[in-house]
Amino acid sequence: MLRHLDEELKELHKEILKMGVLAQEAIFKSIEALKNRDKTMAQEVIDTDNKIDELELAIDEKCIDLIARYQPMAGDLRFITTGMKINAELERIADLSVDISQRVLTLVDKPLLKPLIDIPKLSAIAQNMVRDAIDAFVNKDVALAKNVVLTDSQADKLRNQVVDELVNDYMAKDTKTVDRAVPLLLIARHLERICDHTTNIAEDVIYMVEAKVVKHHPEELR
Amino acid sequence: MAKIITDNLNLWYGDFQALINVKAAFEEKKITAIIGPSGCGKSTLLRVFNRMNDLIEGVRTTGEVLIDGENIINSHVDLVALRKKVGMVFQRPNPFPLSVYENIVFGQKIHGDSSSKLELDSIVEQSLRSVLLWDDLKDKLQKSALGLSLEQKQRLCIARLIAVKPDILLMDEPCSTLDPQATARVEELMRELKDKYTIIIVTHNMQQAARVSDDTGFMLLGELIEFGRTPDIFTAPKDKRTEDYITGRYG
Repeated sequence: MLRHLDEELKELHKEILKMGVLAQEAIFKSIEALKNRDKTMAQEVIDTDNKIDELELAIDEKCIDLIARYQPMAGDLRFITTGMKINAELERIADLSVDISQRVLTLVDKPLLKPLIDIPKLSAIAQNMVRDAIDAFVNKDVALAKNVVLTDSQADKLRNQVVDELVNDYMAKDTKTVDRAVPLLLIARHLERICDHTTNIAEDVIYMVEAKVVKHHPEELR
Repeated sequence: MAKIITDNLNLWYGDFQALINVKAAFEEKKITAIIGPSGCGKSTLLRVFNRMNDLIEGVRTTGEVLIDGENIINSHVDLVALRKKVGMVFQRPNPFPLSVYENIVFGQKIHGDSSSKLELDSIVEQSLRSVLLWDDLKDKLQKSALGLSLEQKQRLCIARLIAVKPDILLMDEPCSTLDPQATARVEELMRELKDKYTIIIVTHNMQQAARVSDDTGFMLLGELIEFGRTPDIFTAPKDKRTEDYITGRYG
């Protein structure tokens, strides 16, 4: 039986996907801005964030509206409630991309502290995780979602490596490097936070599809 | 602890099999909701528990229905005692064309209770209090029950059951003729009553089942497809047929 709710859910799905694309674009551009020391692109990320904020509110409103009008149950309920959570995570990911872009703006006018090695690796992990999490959401792909969750530890490791290096090899040895090292350290931290939010999305996808709570229950991933 | 346990329960109306191998355990002092499309057998299942189906010609029941350990399907079961223990509330409130007072003591009288007037007065008060009608009706006890509102009539019917001290209350669509406010109040009453009684409710209203019950069973074409904790059934049903029904895809 065809239900009017199905049309509404399809629409919601599309909107969340759009949010995912915008968040992905924001990370991509913030990282490109860092790599190419591109002020214009960094500014672009900052300027387009309000578009993402507006979409976040619209999606939230839509979810609340669907719950109020349809009192959804089972798979419908799980889709709408996880949709709301994924929406919030994507908005945070976009915010962190803005944070990265702001750090880029403070860095571009100063000479490069060191060639970037681990940060590009970390940003590649973050971008892949976000892409996979969104794909997992679209295709209801639990295996892919699990993979995203398991990848997060790599991001944590890289972030620690970056922080250690910046603190011990630069800031501790020469305090004049602090104003260039701190933004890099923060960028590593922002990227790692993006991976955390992405992990939440992947965990939400697993709940949406299988009604299994893996959040705070890593043993459930096995 | 399970108050009612059914196992391999089958029921036929003539050639038509209305219940197929129903196996379930209904917990004591909990509310269990039975949901499912029209004709799925949910009211038939409810009526098994106090042998109301016996009134229909050509009914044949096999299997086990243990209430407090006794198989009530057996032919030697005392039906009057069973129906005293397992009371039933129907879709349309059906008070007798008598006064409020007489409605409540009616059960006492047919069960041969020889209580004094004072004792009967006390039963009437307690029964009406337990359905939250006492304050409204204490000065109208001699008025005809037919003059009450639908909700009051339904509450009175519940009070009438409670007067004979049952263990189990069967409710067959008890709110389907009530407006949303009256429905909400009857649901509140059910929550209060479950401290003392095992309640089984058949309902078409899925939201009602989700709101009021502890356990839920989903029936389809005479089979109990899925039975479990209500939050699990409504957020993560295991059977695709349950999912299709509660999300409105069935049909």
